[in-house]
Amino acid sequence: MKTFRIGGVHPAENKLSAAAPIREAALPKQAVFSMFQHIGAPAVPVVKKGDKVKVGTLLGEAGGFVSAPVYSSVSGTVSKVDVALDASDTRRMAVYVDVEGDEWEESIDRSTDLVKLSDRPDLDAKTIVEKVKQAGIVGMGGATFPTHVKLSPPPGQKAECVIINAVECEPYLTADHRLMMEKADEILVGIQLLMKAVGVEKGYVGIEMNKPDAITLMQKKAEKYPNIEIVPLKVKYPQGGEKQLIDAVIGRQVPAPPAIPINVGAVVQNVGTAFAVYEAVMKNKPLIARVITVTGKSVKQPSNLWARLGTPFRQLIDECGGLPEDTGKVIGGGPMMGKALISLDIPMTKGSSGLLIMNGQEARRGETRPCIRCAKCVSACPMGLEPFLLSALSSQHMWDGAEKNNITSCIECGSCAFTCPSHRPLLDMIRLGKTTVMGIIKTRAAENAAKK
Amino acid sequence: MSVILIAVIVLGLVGLISAVVLFVASKKFAVYEDPRIKQVGEVLPQANCGGCGYPGCSGFAAACVKASESGSLSDLNCAPGGQKVMEQVAAILGLQASAAAPKVAVVRCQGTCDARPHGVEFDGAHSCRIQNMTGMGETQCLYGCLGEGDCEHACLFGAIRVNPVTRIAEVDESKCTGCGACAKTCPRGIIELRPQGPKGRKVVVLCNNKDKGALATKECKVSCIGCGKCVKTCEKFEAITLGTNLAHIDPDKCKMCLKCVEACPRGAIKAFNFPPRKPRTEGPAAPAAPKPVAAPQVEPVKKEAEA
Amino acid sequence: MNKLIVSLSPHVHSGDSVEKNMYGVVIALVPALLCSLWFFGMGAAVVLLTSVCACVFFEWAIGRFILGRKELTVTDGSAVLTGLLLGFNLPSNLPVWIIIIGALVAIGVGKMTFGGLGQNPFNPALVGRVFLLISFPVAMTSWPESGSMGYSDAVTGATPLFIMSQAISNQDASLLAELPSALDMLIGRTGGSLGEVSALALMLGCCYMIWKKIITWHIPVSILCTVFVLAGLLHLVSPVYADPVSVVLSGGLMLGACFMATDYVTSPMTPGGQIIYGVAIGFLTVVIRAWGAYPEGMSFAILIMNAFVPLINTYCKPKLFGEVKK
Repeated sequence: MKTFRIGGVHPAENKLSAAAPIREAALPKQAVFSMFQHIGAPAVPVVKKGDKVKVGTLLGEAGGFVSAPVYSSVSGTVSKVDVALDASDTRRMAVYVDVEGDEWEESIDRSTDLVKLSDRPDLDAKTIVEKVKQAGIVGMGGATFPTHVKLSPPPGQKAECVIINAVECEPYLTADHRLMMEKADEILVGIQLLMKAVGVEKGYVGIEMNKPDAITLMQKKAEKYPNIEIVPLKVKYPQGGEKQLIDAVIGRQVPAPPAIPINVGAVVQNVGTAFAVYEAVMKNKPLIARVITVTGKSVKQPSNLWARLGTPFRQLIDECGGLPEDTGKVIGGGPMMGKALISLDIPMTKGSSGLLIMNGQEARRGETRPCIRCAKCVSACPMGLEPFLLSALSSQHMWDGAEKNNITSCIECGSCAFTCPSHRPLLDMIRLGKTTVMGIIKTRAAENAAKK
Repeated sequence: MSVILIAVIVLGLVGLISAVVLFVASKKFAVYEDPRIKQVGEVLPQANCGGCGYPGCSGFAAACVKASESGSLSDLNCAPGGQKVMEQVAAILGLQASAAAPKVAVVRCQGTCDARPHGVEFDGAHSCRIQNMTGMGETQCLYGCLGEGDCEHACLFGAIRVNPVTRIAEVDESKCTGCGACAKTCPRGIIELRPQGPKGRKVVVLCNNKDKGALATKECKVSCIGCGKCVKTCEKFEAITLGTNLAHIDPDKCKMCLKCVEACPRGAIKAFNFPPRKPRTEGPAAPAAPKPVAAPQVEPVKKEAEA
Repeated sequence: MNKLIVSLSPHVHSGDSVEKNMYGVVIALVPALLCSLWFFGMGAAVVLLTSVCACVFFEWAIGRFILGRKELTVTDGSAVLTGLLLGFNLPSNLPVWIIIIGALVAIGVGKMTFGGLGQNPFNPALVGRVFLLISFPVAMTSWPESGSMGYSDAVTGATPLFIMSQAISNQDASLLAELPSALDMLIGRTGGSLGEVSALALMLGCCYMIWKKIITWHIPVSILCTVFVLAGLLHLVSPVYADPVSVVLSGGLMLGACFMATDYVTSPMTPGGQIIYGVAIGFLTVVIRAWGAYPEGMSFAILIMNAFVPLINTYCKPKLFGEVKK
């Protein structure tokens, strides 16, 4: 069974909502659309207070090449354009829309019939990438990197295959799993579109063995698509990391930054992204809704919801039986890499793959003890780093040493802190070091450029 | 007898050879260092605080000697040593020291637990910079003091510490050398270096909140809301300017009339080390401080918070 | 609703803890502990009890009164483990006061002077043991025969290691005939320190630790293989050197390889470094056993290599993901 070669851990899976079919969430009363739903330049609002919008109306246009437009997922009136608390736990520019009815832009095809690639011979790579760009599609796994950028390889680089990330290695989350169970055909067409967009003949779908039903279904459906191969993978975290997935599926390792996956000929896209690409290209539907897993041990009804972007998290929790009494922590995303939220009124964004509610006891970190040098973090690190050392160097502000020990290669997967028997906040310190070192490298590069 | 002789000869030979090797090595690998670097280094405080921007005192000494070739020390200042040390350095290098006003650190936040409730709880490594990475931190204010004490760890002189009750960093001006280590480490840039002022007196806007008025009001009871009342009271001197919803007092223009302190509806402007005015209320009348520099700062902060 | 907690990811933990690891090793020592009680009876019980109690007491006392710590580390199990390992390295008839001195040196000098758990460069139990070996050479090397159940009625007998060193120094291979059979050494029917006699029980414990993922195989396997190979070569060169099976099964080798050298704090962090460390320990052990003044070289070999661990850690880095071999 294939998997990545270095490190990895096995967190308890807790896929509580694996059997819950996707159901549609109710429309919110007010939707809030952050202009910062992706990595890169923020979107620029193009509406003002009082404007009437429909589902699919452009609210913010892309603020640069590495950026993505934001569309309204509801119909109603723009009540204000102001800062709002978003999933980054800070206040940033957003558009507030008071919901009235559910009126869609006419250009959107709302039918559910499957459109095959053969039905649309007019599509070429450029059109697909342009469509993806227009639809505001970003990496749906949580990284939210604009998809059209990934589909436009830098000059001189040639992709050899598209790898679809259907690993969902984060505990608790089941959004991708359910999407595959219910939208397998659409996803496969989406993969074909992605392959066509980057001009490759080979597509892989990496799925972990803890989703046997999804593997069987996808394999059956993929029989009709000879270029797409379903690759079952051994269960190990962080297999969903881009670099780990490439290693697991095609056995190539992406070198340390600034190398990117295209350097080894791979383009990795999330399975949710493949579905969004299908909808955008074939149905002319911009990215306005996604699957989100609302789960947690105390949640009455762990569910997978098809929810409109901009819906406040509080409403999604209410749909799953309300916020449990003993809530200690609310996490946007999965427990390994997700972000703890400071409020329930934060709206969901393009990258919201899950909402995890932990009770107070689970939420609290253990008491920090001295490092006993057990080296478990070293064997857990999927990037071949020495977390104990990086953490110590960071806490002593020895940035040079941290840089020499490749702190910038850290993918912040959290395997080190997860495994540490002394409950040391390894990743906290490494993040601090990583941000500082990245800053130092940037300043140095700027200085060198100025010298020349 | 011969044993002793052999031992003496052998040891003597070993000593001789080693001496020759050492001599040759010291000549061959000698690095010339300007003797003035050592002299300058000797008058420096040797705190290695890095406040000058160089790696430690020896780095600063080398920089001074290098600068002396161009004939000016104007860009160099040893904050902990102050004017006195810079004059000594200048004397060694045969130059004139440029006059630099001594500075102290000022924490521009008064958001105590009462003024700015901690709505969530941070659980992680105790560092402001790490807490800052979570986004808002424990309070609703994106600009205020996080209270985990990174400045406290950065300070080599024990001059800044986080008050466990208010959870705000406080500066002990009698110990602060103005090196700026705290200001550099603060992830939110709350700490400002300001001229010490005559008798330590200065008037400062103790807030860093750049949010719009309505939001700033909600976030903290003592926030600057950018209303501009202080700017109006200071029309004569034009010492106060309004940035992004935040007032700032230019220390060079401030005439210490204290009108802005009275005008501020939020109590965000604070006067440091002024003798207590004739008490308007029967508040805790602070005894006339014999040493205004050492006057504790907590009291006026609290008074304003209560007001 | 309670206050929400915020922290950076990860938000879950494996549930592993210092205690689980430390008591895991203690559990792994149980078979050897039972063997020692079976072979040495009361003596073993007295020595082990004294050693463990003294170590825990000194850890508590030094932490509380000298270092003035509020959070005490007595319950984390590391002091219990040090006490057990120290006891395992002592003869079962050692006077109580010597054991207490050994515990004081182990915890006080070997561990707490460096700052306590996680900071010590040398294995504390071995520091204590070597200190006693040098200070009280006679008491430390007169081992009671296996099966002498009492505490003070010592009938000292020749240990396998003593026989081996005699054979080497007299260049007389016939002396080796007195060696106990390999089976006896495997089970522990031979003289020696109370915990080291039964190689089988120790190997059982080692397997448990590897199964529970407390340690990895690298250190014990590399030590044992190196010793086996080197001892085999020496045996081929000259029959005065004992056969490799006896060498591997005798003395503190098994205890050292499985429990002392694998100590987290004082062993290298990377698999590659651990193999270098293990091979070097094995090499030093054979060298000291064959040509050194002491019949046993394990403790010294481990302590010497402990000193090299920072160096090994500096040069043996794990392979970076995506690193291209030059």
